[in-house]
Amino acid sequence: MSAVTEPRSSAKWGLETHRIVLLVIAVALVAWMAISMRWDWLPKYGPNLISGIWVSIWMLVVTAVLGFILAVPIGLVQVTGPLWLKVPAQIFCTIIRGTPLLLQLWLLYYGLGSLFAAWPEIRQSWAWPYLRTAWPYGVLALTISFAAYEGEVMRGAFAGVPKGELEAARAYGMSPFTAFWRIWLPRAIHRALPTLNGETVSQLKSTPLVATITVVDVFAVTSRVRQDTFLTYEPLLFVALIYMCLTGILVLGFRKLENMVPVKGA
Amino acid sequence: MKKLMTATLVALTTSLMASSAFAEPVRVGVAAEPYPPFTSPDASGKWVGWEVEFMDAVCAEAKLECVLTPVAWDGIIPALTENKIDAIMSSMSITDERMKTIDFSNKYYNTPAAVAVAKGSGMAATPEGLKGKIIGVQVSTIHADYAAKYFGPTAAEVKIYQTQDEANQDLAAGRVDAVLADSLVMADFIKTEAGAACCEVAGNVADDPAILGKGVGVGLRKGDAMKEAFNTAIAAVRASGKYDEISKKYFAFDVYGK
Amino acid sequence: MWGNDSFMIEWITNLADWHLLALTPPGWGMTLLVGFLGSIQIAVGGFALGLLLGIGGATGKLYGGPITKDLLEVYTTLVRAVPELVLILLLYYAGSGAVNRILTSLGYQNINISGLAAGIFVIGVVQGAYQTEVLRGAFKAIPFGQIEAARAFGMTSFQVLRRIILPGMLPHAIPGLSNLWLIATKDTALLAVVGFTELTLATRQAAGTTKAYMLFFLAAGALYLLLTLVSNVAIYHIEKRARKGLPAPV
Repeated sequence: MSAVTEPRSSAKWGLETHRIVLLVIAVALVAWMAISMRWDWLPKYGPNLISGIWVSIWMLVVTAVLGFILAVPIGLVQVTGPLWLKVPAQIFCTIIRGTPLLLQLWLLYYGLGSLFAAWPEIRQSWAWPYLRTAWPYGVLALTISFAAYEGEVMRGAFAGVPKGELEAARAYGMSPFTAFWRIWLPRAIHRALPTLNGETVSQLKSTPLVATITVVDVFAVTSRVRQDTFLTYEPLLFVALIYMCLTGILVLGFRKLENMVPVKGA
Repeated sequence: MKKLMTATLVALTTSLMASSAFAEPVRVGVAAEPYPPFTSPDASGKWVGWEVEFMDAVCAEAKLECVLTPVAWDGIIPALTENKIDAIMSSMSITDERMKTIDFSNKYYNTPAAVAVAKGSGMAATPEGLKGKIIGVQVSTIHADYAAKYFGPTAAEVKIYQTQDEANQDLAAGRVDAVLADSLVMADFIKTEAGAACCEVAGNVADDPAILGKGVGVGLRKGDAMKEAFNTAIAAVRASGKYDEISKKYFAFDVYGK
Repeated sequence: MWGNDSFMIEWITNLADWHLLALTPPGWGMTLLVGFLGSIQIAVGGFALGLLLGIGGATGKLYGGPITKDLLEVYTTLVRAVPELVLILLLYYAGSGAVNRILTSLGYQNINISGLAAGIFVIGVVQGAYQTEVLRGAFKAIPFGQIEAARAFGMTSFQVLRRIILPGMLPHAIPGLSNLWLIATKDTALLAVVGFTELTLATRQAAGTTKAYMLFFLAAGALYLLLTLVSNVAIYHIEKRARKGLPAPV
């Protein structure tokens, strides 16, 4: 049973017939949705949606960058490190990866919040304006989560870099730090790039959860639209479309990054 | 092997069908989140509160078998229109906006909205009194609409919470300066240990029937025949004195309102 | 370490109102455990449904016609590009709404789809897309000679699937499947936003009523962690058994 089928009438338009039919059906579906469903709320909530998308994007970028910076030592220390660093890192990764992100988010925001109620003195401190608002908790929870998952990935990446390269670096007289910065880290990052791509997309898909702790990202805005207009499907479909576009941009960006590094052979 | 697979498939489908019964009893939707003193779960998983007792009385009068079905509050109207529940009895106010999508029975209680603030902060329940403050409300409520219209322009921020107790919690934690909600709900919060320690009721807000609605009614699908049954039952519960009997357990005054 | 045992015990008892976790009322322990059971049920059901969809999807992607391949590609790409929270809401409302609309148009009465069935459906559809990719990779890892031999013996496609492909791809699929199982157990927490009675919602109700947020969220975290650790042990043993005769993984 061969899976190769001869495409029919492909020469004329460069596309197989079935693809054209499917494309036509897809366009018809989108057109039907655009016409029969209510989209009059889009201009009214336009500015809110744009600011919501902005919040989603900067949350993703900030937490991914901070999480990655945190993940490098977490991963490294599980490969090399002394036992008193390795075990806490492993415990950290196990706990964070073993519990749902939503629970971690609520634990940080409402759990810590209940402690604030017990200690009113904290309101006089300098940190109070930051402890008051919601976004620092979102950033903290997402960063910790990303660091734990990335830590696992980086652990595998660091362990997978060929030992010969590290030994050659030492033979050249590089200090351990120079060897790390010039050889080990770049090689590990390059090994991890495809997985990092997937993990960053996962991080993007985790950002809507911050809407449950009153951070106004694009999902929170569409939730508000749902409450004000009583429409169920249109806002959800719209926000799904937005996330699909953002995912596409992310995937393309990472692919460009992967192609930037010249690799010999595999 | 084939027989085993067919047997498993049949067993699986029948078990799923058995757990999805045909719609004979009336599934009454309540918000899955605690909303004392009206509806809240107790430690054994049973739902208690004024509204739960009232629901039992009304269903007994109307001779309906009511099944209390918790649904997320911000999805309760779609749940009704999508036939996941048959009625809403979750302190849902009758507003013109909501009447465009669903139907309501006659009202069964009507209480004003109040603002709770931190103890001793001296804020008034008016747009000027709350100027520059952070206000917390629950999503998809008349209070959220009211806050957006009246306090939105002058307040620093209107934060929208998924549940009322989360808003109360943040008031106790000091993250919001004021919370706008039903006066009875606020009074109940202030009576609790956490509430009494941190906060006080600043007063009722100016009424606006267009936004705050004309009381709380049973939410039903448009054109539902049960509307008459519910209206008769509500009137009967009021007339028979059962209404006052239930209210006396929770409140010091008549919540039916004008 | 701190003098005597009674000091430690006193410090621990003063840390939180542990009575709230008791198994009998007024403790909320039983509610949490019932929610935990609900979570496990949905995770198991969703994973199983996802596995069925994944096997179908992987077979379709490898051996199906061009239209099947394209449709499956659309399915997996859509599900993997949209956040689970949005997908869960869409499937929860659209799924049962569509079923009921079809039933009424065919003249039947509306059926009441229980929360459990809806939750399993939602998690299953999301899992199915990821399972398709994992199983597709695992199918490809089977030595093709075995499949050729099976066909030479005259087995039908379904027999080849049942006797050679499914057992053969299992050791290659286990790392991916175990990861997806853990994802399924954690995705059940998102159903709290829809109001289905699982552990996270039960915790939110308990915490909201008693205001002991820290205590209950930590307890729920401990339960999820327990599930993860038990799953890890089980997966380790399953992997050892499935990989008998194969070289150890790199």
